[in-house]
Amino acid sequence: MFEAILLTVITASTPLVIAALGELVTERAGVLNLGVEGMMIMGAVCAFAAAQLTGSPYIGILAGIVGGGLFSLLFGFLTLTLVANQVATGLALTILGLGLSGQLGEAFVGRPGIKLQPVVIPLLSDIPFFGRVLFSQDLIFYLSVALVIGINWFLFKSRAGLKIRAIGDNHASAHALGIDVIRTRYLAVMFGGACAGLAGAQLSLVYTPQWVENMSAGRGWIALALVVFASWRPWRVLAGGYLFGAVGIGQLHAQILAQNLGIVIPSQFLSALPYAATIVVLIIISHNRRTTLINTPASLGKPFVPDR
Amino acid sequence: MTLSEDPAAVPLLSVRGLTKLFGSFAACDAIDLDIAPGEIHALLGENGAGKSTLVKMLFGVLQPSAGQILWEGAPVTISSPGGARQLGVGMVFQHFSLFEALTVAENIALSLDTGISLSRISEEAASLSRDYGLPLDPKAHVADLSVGERQRIEIVRALLQNPKLIILDEPTSVLTPQEADRLFETLFKLKAEGRSVLYISHRLEEVRRICDRATVLRHGRVTGACDPKLETPASLARMMVGSDVAEVHRDESAPLGDIRIEVSNLSVPARTPFAVSLRNISMKVRAGEVLAVAGVAGNGQGELFDALSGEYPVDEDEAIRIRGKAVGRTRINGRRVLGAGFVPEERNGHAAVSAMALSDNLLLARSQPDKRAFLAGGVASIIRHDAVRSATRRICEAMDVRKSGDDPLAGSLSGGNLQKFIVGRELDRQPAVLVVNQPTWGVDAGAASRIRQALIDLAKAGSAVVVISQDLDEIFEIATNIAVISEGRLSEPHPAGTLTLERIGLMMGGIHESHSIPERAPSMPESTHAR
Amino acid sequence: MRVELEKRVRVSTLFSILSPLLALVLTLVFGAVMFWLLGKEPLNALYVYFVEPLLEVWSLHELAIKAAPLILIAVGLAICYRSNNWNIGAEGQFTIGAITGSILPVMYPEWHSPAILPLMLIMGMLGGALYAGIPALLKTRFNTNEILTSLMLVYIAQLYLDWLVRGPWRDPQGYNFPQTKSFQVEAVLPEILSSGRAHWAFVFAIVAAAALWFMMRFMLKGFEVSVLGQSERAGRFAGFSARRMVWFSMLLSGALAGLAGISEVSGSIGHVQPVISPGYGFTAIIVAFLGRLNPLGIIASGLVLALTYLGGEAAQLSIGISDKVSRVFQGLLLFFVLSCDTLIHYRIRLIFAGAKSAEIEA
Repeated sequence: MFEAILLTVITASTPLVIAALGELVTERAGVLNLGVEGMMIMGAVCAFAAAQLTGSPYIGILAGIVGGGLFSLLFGFLTLTLVANQVATGLALTILGLGLSGQLGEAFVGRPGIKLQPVVIPLLSDIPFFGRVLFSQDLIFYLSVALVIGINWFLFKSRAGLKIRAIGDNHASAHALGIDVIRTRYLAVMFGGACAGLAGAQLSLVYTPQWVENMSAGRGWIALALVVFASWRPWRVLAGGYLFGAVGIGQLHAQILAQNLGIVIPSQFLSALPYAATIVVLIIISHNRRTTLINTPASLGKPFVPDR
Repeated sequence: MTLSEDPAAVPLLSVRGLTKLFGSFAACDAIDLDIAPGEIHALLGENGAGKSTLVKMLFGVLQPSAGQILWEGAPVTISSPGGARQLGVGMVFQHFSLFEALTVAENIALSLDTGISLSRISEEAASLSRDYGLPLDPKAHVADLSVGERQRIEIVRALLQNPKLIILDEPTSVLTPQEADRLFETLFKLKAEGRSVLYISHRLEEVRRICDRATVLRHGRVTGACDPKLETPASLARMMVGSDVAEVHRDESAPLGDIRIEVSNLSVPARTPFAVSLRNISMKVRAGEVLAVAGVAGNGQGELFDALSGEYPVDEDEAIRIRGKAVGRTRINGRRVLGAGFVPEERNGHAAVSAMALSDNLLLARSQPDKRAFLAGGVASIIRHDAVRSATRRICEAMDVRKSGDDPLAGSLSGGNLQKFIVGRELDRQPAVLVVNQPTWGVDAGAASRIRQALIDLAKAGSAVVVISQDLDEIFEIATNIAVISEGRLSEPHPAGTLTLERIGLMMGGIHESHSIPERAPSMPESTHAR
Repeated sequence: MRVELEKRVRVSTLFSILSPLLALVLTLVFGAVMFWLLGKEPLNALYVYFVEPLLEVWSLHELAIKAAPLILIAVGLAICYRSNNWNIGAEGQFTIGAITGSILPVMYPEWHSPAILPLMLIMGMLGGALYAGIPALLKTRFNTNEILTSLMLVYIAQLYLDWLVRGPWRDPQGYNFPQTKSFQVEAVLPEILSSGRAHWAFVFAIVAAAALWFMMRFMLKGFEVSVLGQSERAGRFAGFSARRMVWFSMLLSGALAGLAGISEVSGSIGHVQPVISPGYGFTAIIVAFLGRLNPLGIIASGLVLALTYLGGEAAQLSIGISDKVSRVFQGLLLFFVLSCDTLIHYRIRLIFAGAKSAEIEA
């Protein structure tokens, strides 16, 4: 029973973790991309469509990643090359993404989904309990774990990661040192888009293997809050993502439990819990101005025009 | 051996007819320059003369529009800072390119092109910094370092590349006189190793002290190439500025009036992690007096200004008095209404908004103290745009502000002209008290002298003026009394005539006498600080 | 190839006006392409979408009905965005305003006084303002980003509405439909003209736009909004308080969104139901930017975006395009507005590798 719940928590948390990790890299480079929701839903529809058309959910995953990455290029072009306002452009990306995905996905509504099957790792999966929970999961889950470890190493141990952190701290200084700020930011934005797309693919291929309009249901926004909550550190994203996933699953189970016990709790109240929790978490993490100042990448959201 | 001694020697760096155009504006115009190996070469010029532009071309940050650069006799194209470094050119900018959230070692690693391991960089940086007399801890976070220590990072960064030519852009503007001496020792060491230094400055005494040759720029052109030791400050200044700049005249004998602004035991905790706490600051400024607060950047000047202006009111009402009234808790407009005026350090984004017109910028500082003139309609506070515009015109005429158009955007004015407007904006009111932070930073010599004269004239007319400045030359020009701010503490004020550069330097470094607050009124015996 | 930006010495007034128009044209072009890809005749589709709805009087009334909430919300948002407060939760404030404004008719369906309508409108404004006060409080007191908090509150408001109309507010004689009783006549926002359905919300919208335009242009308060939006430090130097501006702008926009909410429920729908808005709160963001954050410009852009809604409905009926196309149009429009806005502040130069550079805009 506990194991079943844990499995659903993992499934619910994985897209949050992946999307948040992508946005974390983008923000570490100093770019605030509010379009995560839009990129995620585009990834979901691309993944679903590709899986339907080719019959392979793995092609679907690839399509989700590519879809999210390409869609993020729009954002990159506007904010990095044309120096448009990052907040407004991110919102535009979300609105466009929700609309475009609805349009593209129309043909696929109601079709039965192609679920991504778990990849069972030999030997490790025979470990009692952990074997089933951790080592008999789908590919996207393994990717999420790899991403946490990989991004942590990349940001803090590699030279390229150092450059990204430098740009996020002070893009003018980075430019003065000869670092190509714009090109690096483009890459960071596209990485964020690819991750959001992958998260979306998880939604339409694993979580609810189906296409429903607006199926991201605000997860992109929660992922944004997650990045702040994690103080831009990958392992904390993992922790926070699972916390949110647990709340999300918890409220579903609470609804059933309440029904069984005959307690009347409106389902809407429980459905609102993840959103309320997001607000509470944001308050807790932001209210100390001092630590917020120290942790936030100093050039986040600021426009950059290189002088030639 | 310098170039003048051995005519057959090939100069390390030669520049022929180097030009840089921004649109139709020539920031650098057909510049010729020669630097020999083992030479400390000064690049002189006032703000806006083209020194920074020239040097950016030498470091590959900008590309020349015309002309040639020769390195060790052969023509080269320097297309990027990386290319410059490969040639053997190192640069220490005036504005540091440092990353606050990263460590010293990480900062240095970012400026090196190759992928050496961080631990090796740490070791090399630590030992090299020691060798050159500029010790650094590689694991420290830049945010925790003082300005002088940050400069060391920049220098060590450049030295790790083993450069043949090091360019220093206004290095002593952020140093105490003692720290500057230490820097000069480092430069002599570099010279002894056969390296060359291109030393950019507008400080004539320094240049005459340490440089072998000097090239003078004005309006983007070379107006002189000489041996600075053979020149006088006046002749160098003439090459820099052209016509003699009006000297600032001061009437030493005028008596002082009543106390206009009084600060008693002001303590303010730091607002942000990187700010400085103010500790037990006390001062009294009388009508007719110019009190200069001297200090190197980062010792609490901004914080002091914020407390005096009321942008950040303090808890104790009595801590600050303007014209006898307790104003510690009063916000800025309340203080303005009492007759105080304020000129902050930052022109852009504090004293003025560059994207707004000049008339709007006037309103920024004068909407409340001049409510009757500029606003109408009672609660609705409708702006009288024509009244504001005519006042703007009046100020621009009075201060000789050069601008394009009748009411242009503040951002289109040069630094000097904008500063003249900002100071003029306050002078227009004949304020009883004026507090200015860095009055002539980044301003050309003509505008600077005009502003300084205006401050003196204001004091002579009976106002109390507080000038916070990092420029000791300026301070000696205009101050009646001088106090030094260091680590958030303010020293006793001393009459300007009784202080030497050396004494001030020591005070800036923190070796000053303890400050005791008088319990009762006036005559507290002046501490014996005669030279 | 490289794109380079060169800051203009003076903001280009030509492009300030041209930019939204250029964005419109580009959107239409892309829209035509999209129609063609969907297998519909492009010019006919554009005609059905953008021209037909303007040809009938009743249709113009529908335009006014849809434009009213967009304009009301957008002018409030313009004040917020100009002062650097990013209220994204107008949809939630709209919803809560609709709820609080509907308390009187739902709880007292037998109250027939003429006072009920003004009271409803006031309560709607109060509700919207208070709901916007939550992100304002969180920002000023707890330093919490208002974008995320106001947005989360949208989901919460919608869920609350859903619960209300399915639960305590459900009409017992309503055949189990999730909606309240229809409002009594006195509680319905009346029509302006007899020729169609357009109700007084449109008048409120124009009045609000005019008033806020006046404030921004002539009053010190408008100056304060502008300054704080450009530089908090300069604002402080001028004696303005960024903290108080958070409250002012959020409460103002919340009140306007709440007014739009109760007006929509009372004037257009006539009762409370789970879905009362086709995303007005979000579309209003686009209206605000298309109108260049200027209240008068917003009147025009509100009408344009209302047209996309109407066009969507018309196209659905006559050429069989889904209503999702409207959303795509709106998203594209915002994208092009933001892109074209660059031309106002910068000159764009395309630099081709090696060869001489070509200037694309003077």
